[in-house]
Parts: sequence; structure tokens; C-alpha cells
Amino acid sequence: MEFQLPEYNLRMMLPEIFLFLWALVVFLFDLLSKRRSESAVGYLTLLGLLICGGLLATTGYGRGFGNMFFSEPMALFFKIIFLGSAFMAVGSSFGIIKQKIVNHRGEYFGLILLSTVGMMFLASSQELLSLWIGLELTTIPLFILAAFFKDDKLSVEAGIKYFVFGAFSSALLLYGFSFLYGMSGTTEIVAMKMNLAALFIANGSLGVVPLVAMVMIIAGLGFKLSLPPFHQWAPDVYEGSPTPIAAFLSVGSKAAGLVAFAKIFVNGLWAFWGAEMAPNDWGYLTGILACAAMIYGNVVAIRQTNIKRMLAYSSIAQAGYIMIGMVAVNEWGLEAVAFYVFAYLFANMGAFAIVAIVEDKTGSCQIGTYRGLSQSSPGLAACMAVFLLSLAGIPPLAGFLAKYKVFAAAISLAGQSQDYTWLYWLAGVGLLTTVFALYYYVNIIKQMYFSAEESPYRIKPNAPAVAVVAIGLIGVVLFGIYAEPILQFVKDIPAAAGVIPR
Amino acid sequence: MEFPYLSSLIFVPIFGMVVVMFLPKENHKAIRWTATIISLIPMLVSFWLTWDYFVNFSGSAAMAYQEGPYSWIPSLNVQYLLGVDGISVPMLFLTGLLSTLSLLASFGITNRVKEYFAFFLLLEAGMMGVFVSLDFFLFYVFWEIMLVPMYFLIGVWGGPRKEYAAIKFFLYTLFGSIFMLVSILILYFTSEPHTLNMLTLIETCPTLSHSLQMVCFIFFFISFAIKVPVWPFHTWLPDAHVEAPTAVSVILAGVLLKMGTYAMLRVSWPMFPDALRTLSFWIAILGVIAIIYGALVSMAQKDLKKLVAYSSVSHMGYCMLALAAFSSVTAIAGCMFQMVSHGLITGALFLLVGVLYDRAHTREIAAFGGIGAKLPVYSGIMIFFSMAALGLPGMSGFVSEFMIFVGAFGALSKVLVGISVLGVVLGAAYMLRMVQRIFLGEFDKAKWGGLTEINFREIVTVAPLMVLTVAIGVYPAPLSNLMRATLENLVTLMAR
Repeated sequence: MEFQLPEYNLRMMLPEIFLFLWALVVFLFDLLSKRRSESAVGYLTLLGLLICGGLLATTGYGRGFGNMFFSEPMALFFKIIFLGSAFMAVGSSFGIIKQKIVNHRGEYFGLILLSTVGMMFLASSQELLSLWIGLELTTIPLFILAAFFKDDKLSVEAGIKYFVFGAFSSALLLYGFSFLYGMSGTTEIVAMKMNLAALFIANGSLGVVPLVAMVMIIAGLGFKLSLPPFHQWAPDVYEGSPTPIAAFLSVGSKAAGLVAFAKIFVNGLWAFWGAEMAPNDWGYLTGILACAAMIYGNVVAIRQTNIKRMLAYSSIAQAGYIMIGMVAVNEWGLEAVAFYVFAYLFANMGAFAIVAIVEDKTGSCQIGTYRGLSQSSPGLAACMAVFLLSLAGIPPLAGFLAKYKVFAAAISLAGQSQDYTWLYWLAGVGLLTTVFALYYYVNIIKQMYFSAEESPYRIKPNAPAVAVVAIGLIGVVLFGIYAEPILQFVKDIPAAAGVIPR
Repeated sequence: MEFPYLSSLIFVPIFGMVVVMFLPKENHKAIRWTATIISLIPMLVSFWLTWDYFVNFSGSAAMAYQEGPYSWIPSLNVQYLLGVDGISVPMLFLTGLLSTLSLLASFGITNRVKEYFAFFLLLEAGMMGVFVSLDFFLFYVFWEIMLVPMYFLIGVWGGPRKEYAAIKFFLYTLFGSIFMLVSILILYFTSEPHTLNMLTLIETCPTLSHSLQMVCFIFFFISFAIKVPVWPFHTWLPDAHVEAPTAVSVILAGVLLKMGTYAMLRVSWPMFPDALRTLSFWIAILGVIAIIYGALVSMAQKDLKKLVAYSSVSHMGYCMLALAAFSSVTAIAGCMFQMVSHGLITGALFLLVGVLYDRAHTREIAAFGGIGAKLPVYSGIMIFFSMAALGLPGMSGFVSEFMIFVGAFGALSKVLVGISVLGVVLGAAYMLRMVQRIFLGEFDKAKWGGLTEINFREIVTVAPLMVLTVAIGVYPAPLSNLMRATLENLVTLMAR
């Protein structure tokens, strides 16, 4: 047989290639300016992200590099989220590079870009190996970034912890992939599900091996998504790493894990199967983990005194809500996941940006630092209140619409099919835990607003940080009141992922 | 297109909030007057609506001044749909009036004035929104929006235990709201085609299976009962009322509590008649418990504001009793009368307690005595409203209680109604005891010699409430005519 070269169609990869090159430019720029670049290198990074966004908008849908690189609605939507979270993380880093990171600014920003490139590759891959490589490219720069304050014990601890957990989870993931490969003889997700279906029809069952694979993969991705019981690294890493990196971890890297999850499970192991063949074991397992995440995250967050740890537990809980949408595998489910992450991007990045601003000024992340902030810095406090209320799901903010969509997905599927009545319970747990969640989000608002004495800190944030907060605020408010364009966009995602017929 | 009166009720206060936020922080006078004057607009619109509805629309049960449906979020079938009928018009009247009066009563706030008035206007927008929205999503959004300013108003400007009271109020109500959200989603997905339009759902919901009706009814009931509050969901109320600043207590008692009973009449009662029939006995029991329990607990209170707060539990119990007697138009009308009259009377009582507290800095009943000799005008007004609260004939409280008992006697177990009549006696007992201990008896000149008489602004805030209390008490026909067609239609809907 004559060997045929695959069609490369590198144009599809233009945004990723550009961003990779731009990361090298950022490294070089800092070196060539003899490490005296100050915030210029930060602006250069922001510029790169903007250009990359522009390229993404003009690239369009298609496939490239054989059948390994797909550009479809889900990939595009999540790439926007990745770029957005990178942009907001970089924007809120300008205080840190002035005060703490004086020697390696280029590396700091370049690594953020490289991690973003990894996420973007991951979102576009339809094949297990390239997916895994994308995930590694996402996390390895983050190991370094988490430990970036190398003189700070907590930061080093964060880096080591994240590295050990991350490496272990990647190994588990790869192990799980090897089972799937062994059964289906391919790593391509679409071919894999066809082969598995053929095997199922021939033998009447697939035996225990897919189950083992599912458990391995859920555990591996569970680390990335910080779903209990795989969440222990998250609070320590968030606390120790630079605040913008914690923000990036909580949104960008989490969204990357979600894309991988959606691709492997919703598209790969579920989509093709009819109701009679659907082994929904991964659904039950994920549902249990989601329950644990919502209960554990929300309850433990109440006791935190450090705002970064609190936001870490809150992000564990938020992952639980997102997973409700993931296991509700009908036309509402993936849409809800995508919209949830989108709303979460603005609220969480905004909240972390304010944490970074406050930390730059006060050097502390204790919740007590926020006491009386509403009187010394009213604008900042008001923005923080809006972000927290959005995370808590109070209408008319975007976070409410996101929760509404997730619960709607669960309840609609539970009503449609007898096999899914357990989703009522999942939605019930989710709704009840939002009451716990409200308590700790509102606790910050209480600190900022209810204290009679004024905070001693008058905070004047730098321009990029203000821009990040403004983006977050506009996103949270605008997409709460007028979300229709985004909702229309996410409508294409389930069809493109093969959950419902095109 | 007609002028969007109902939208103006929502968006004028929001506009006012924005204006207030742009005023200079130090200029307290400008902030106060701007907020109050802007709130006059929704008040006058609501007065005009009441008049116009009475003249032109009260003959039919159809929705008046309907706006929409405009598509708001098409992919979720969410519409912007507003409209009012005979049960929402009196509530709008009450909201418009009490908001302005409360803003006037808030002139004593000197701490963080700008935020206070901005939050207050947002609160008004939320309340108006609940009473005019006919789309479930919109209804839920307004229902929740209101919690945020309320939380701040209690938490920043409240009494010593404000933080506890504020978070308790917020969590309690949110806990209720999630049940409403589940029910809304279930109704949305069981309706064909999927809709969130309340009017359509009122038509289609009675065809749902009995068990589904029961689930939705109970979920809605929990959510609304927390707001009312029905015993045993009432524990947030004394805390919130006692800690809240005066004007906020007025709004809590005058408008927020009514949202619960209004929502029952608007949503769950006509939508699930089967479930209502099954559960009406138990609702009546809850009502009777609230009446007796609220009255007994009031009697034991040492704090004047707490006494008024618990009397609200008792008075709202009458509403629940009336709602349980859903087959009687008289009882339901009595419920509406009680909602209006309780809003007027208890609103005024909270204002008056605030007047006394501003001067004496205590609300302990035992600390006073013989105040009547020193403050004749204040005492006269306070005794007037105490009499109104205990149901003296000639005032609105009597009319509503009488209608409720007459209606419920025919429709419910006579024993239950008999027990609940005891509530009137207990009501007289705690009110008269309070009057006796504060206004009569020995006057402690050394302690209270410096008390000053109620001032003009404070009289202005309670005078309209006095006039309306007497007007409804003496001549209730206009109010009942305004609601009649709507209520008759409601009763037929509930009899399906």
C-alpha cells in the first residue's frame, strides 16, 4: 500500500502556532532587555493574547494534521475561555512583577502562554494521545509557575505538591488510555467508540476492562478538576502559588480538564451508544464525585480564614456543579457546562484579580484584611461583592443563569428517562449546597461592608488590574442580563460533540 | 403602544438608584430628597393605576396594562411579561405608599447615607417587580434581587445583632427559593410546549398527575411560607425585624411578608387545585397555630419591637386560615383585606416604635410608664394603631378579620375557626397590656422628662396610614369591588 501523507492544513493551527512563537518572543524580549523590561513584557504578553484571539476569530472551522486537529464549536468556545483566563491572569500580574518577580518576568509570562497553548491543543484534539500531550503541556508550565516565588516556602510547597499530584494523575490517565487502546485498537476517539460498539454487539458485553479504564481516567481527570477525593492539592497550591496563577489554575486549567472529560466520556464513551447499550457507570461515578465536591467544597469553605483557600474550596464546589451538567448528557448538558465555565471565568477571574490587588497593597490574603474595605475603596468592594454574588448564583448575574442551565439540564433529563431519575437527587444536593455556598461568599461581603470602622488601606490598583476587574464586571452583569448570543453559540456544542444528531 | 406603566414602577427606582450613586457622598440632604422625590413617581403611578384599574378594569378578571410578552432569553423561553389584576393592584398601592413613607422615615439615618438610599430604591424596584411579573423566570429574578439590598440594609444599618439577623434572613429565604426554582423547572419541562408563562401554566397545570401536583405544591409552599412566614418557618422574622432599622422593618412587615401570601394566590393556589384540596386542612392547622402561637409569644415579649414582630406572625396566620378556606370568596377577600390592613397597621406600628426608640434609645416595655401624659399626640396615634391592630370595629383590621372568620366558618372545620377566634382575644390582651404599661400609670419624670413630642415629618409618615386604616374600616366597598372579579375568577380556578 502506498503511503499517503496526511493533509496538514496548518492554517487551522495558526492561533496555536502564533501563541507558541509569541511565548518565545516574550522569553527573548526579557533577556534582550537585560531583565529590565518591567511591565513592558506584560503588555507584550497581553498583545500576543489579543492577536491570538483575532487569529482564532478568523480561522474558522475545519480539521488539520491528518484527523488529529479539529476546529469545531466546542474547541472554539473553550479556546476563547482559555485565552480570556490567560488574559485576565496576565492582567492581574502587574503588581507582582513590580514587587516580587524582579528577575524572571519573561519566563513568568512566557510559561503562562505555553500553558495556554497546551490548553488550546487539547481543546482541538480528537485523539487520546494528542489530548494527553495537550494536558501535559498545560500542566508542566503550571508546576513551575506555582513555585515561582522560590524563596517562599509556601510557594515551593505548592509547586512540589502540584508536581507530585499532577505527575501521578497523568500516569493514571495514561494507564486508563492504554486500556481503551487495548480494547479498541485505536486512539482516535470516534474510531474508538465505533470499535467498542462493534465489540459490544459481537460479544454482548465489554466485560470489566472499560470499567477499569473509566475509573482510572476519572481519577486522573479528577485530579485536574479537583473533585474529591482527588482535591487535596488544590487549597495548598492555591494558597502558595502567585495569586494570578491560582486564578489561572482555577479557571483555565479546570476548563481544560473539563474539555478532556467531555471529549473522552460524553463524546467517546457515551455519544454513540443508544439508551439500551449505554453503560452509564461513568455517569454514576461522576455523579457521586460531583455530590462529594459540592458538599465537601461548600462545607469546608465556610471555615477558611484565608481568601485564597476559601476560593480554592469554592472552586472545588463549582466543579461539582459543572459536573452535574456533564452527566446530564442530553442536549442541555454540554451547553450548560460550556455556559457555566463562561460565567465562571468572569466571576472567578474577577474575584481573584481583586484578591491580587488587595494582596499587592496589604501583603495579606486573610479575610480579615477586607474589613471595612467598602468605605476606603468603594468601587473595588462593590466589584468584589458582585463577583461573589455571581459565584453564589444570585440573579440577575451570569452565575445565576449558569446554575439555572445546569439544574435545568439535570431536571429535564431526569424527567425524560427512567434511567436518570437519580439526577433529581443530584440536582437536589446541588441546590441545597448553594445555601451553604451563599454563607461563605456573603461572609466576605459582610467583612467589607458591615464593619463600622474604615479600612486603613486605600487601594489604588494599576491600570491592567482595573481593566481585568472591568472585564469581569461587564461579563458578569452583561451576560446575566443579555446572554442570548452566548446561549445561541453554545447550542452548537452538543451537536458538534455528537451528543445529539446534527 | 401604551405608556409602560408597570415597567416604570420597576425602572424608575433603579434609575433613582443610579442617580443617587452619582451624588456626592457628603451631601446628605441632596441624597435624601432625591431618593424620596424619585420614589414619589412610582407611588403616584401606583395610585393612578389603582384608580384607573378601579374605574376601567375591575369588572373583569383579565390582566390589565399587560406589557409583552417580549422575548428576553429566547433560547430558554424566558419572556418579559408584566400585568396586573385585582390581587396585585392593592399590593402595588401598598408598596408605592410604604416605600415613600419609609424613605421619609429614613431621614434620621446619618451613617453611610448614600448607600442606604441606593439600596432602598433597589429594594423598591425588586418588590414592584415581584407584584407585576407574570413570567416565572422574571418573578424569580425579582424575588431574589430583593434579598441583596435587604441583606445590606439589615446588616449595615441594623441593631446590635445585625450580622446574625441579616445572614439568617438571607439564608432562610434563599433556602426557600431553591424549592421554588426546582418547581419552576419541573413545570417548565412538563409543560408542552415548554413555557414559563404563569397564565398559561395556570391553565395547563391542573391536568398534571396528583403526585406531581403535590410535589410542586409543597415545594412552592415551603418557599412562600418562609416569606409569609408561616409557623414553623417564622424564626428569621423576629431577628430580622428587631435588628433592622425602622424603615426597613416597615418594608419587611408591610410588603415583604405579603409577597408570600400574594405568591400563593398568584401561583400555587390556582395551579394545583388537587393538591390544595388534599392539603387545605393542614394549611388551616398551620394558620391556627400561627395565630395562637404568635399571639402568645407576643404577650411574653419585653421588647416593644419584638412584640410587634410576633404580632405579625399572628396576623399573617389569619391570612393562612383564609387561604385554606379557598372555596369562599369572602375568605379570600378577607385575606386580601388582611394583607392590606396589616401592611398599613403594622407598618405604622413599626414607624411609631422607631419614633420612640429614636428618643428613648430603648424599646423595653418595662422601662416606660405614663408616657401618655408627656407625649399626648404620640400616645394618641400609637393607641389608635394598637386598637386597629387588635381589631377594633371601624378600622381596617376588624373588617378583614370579620371577613376571614365569616368565610372560613362556612368552608372549614368549625372547631378550627372557633379556636382561631381566640386569637382576637389574645391580640387584645397583648396590645392592651402594652398600651397600659407604656402610656398609662406612673410617669418617671427624672428618666423621661426630656422626651420630645413626635415631630411634623414623623406625623406626615403615619398620617396617610391612619386615614387609610379608618377609610377601609368604615367603607370597605371600593377595595372589595376592585378585587371582586379577580377573586371570583380565582375561586373558580381553585375549584377545578
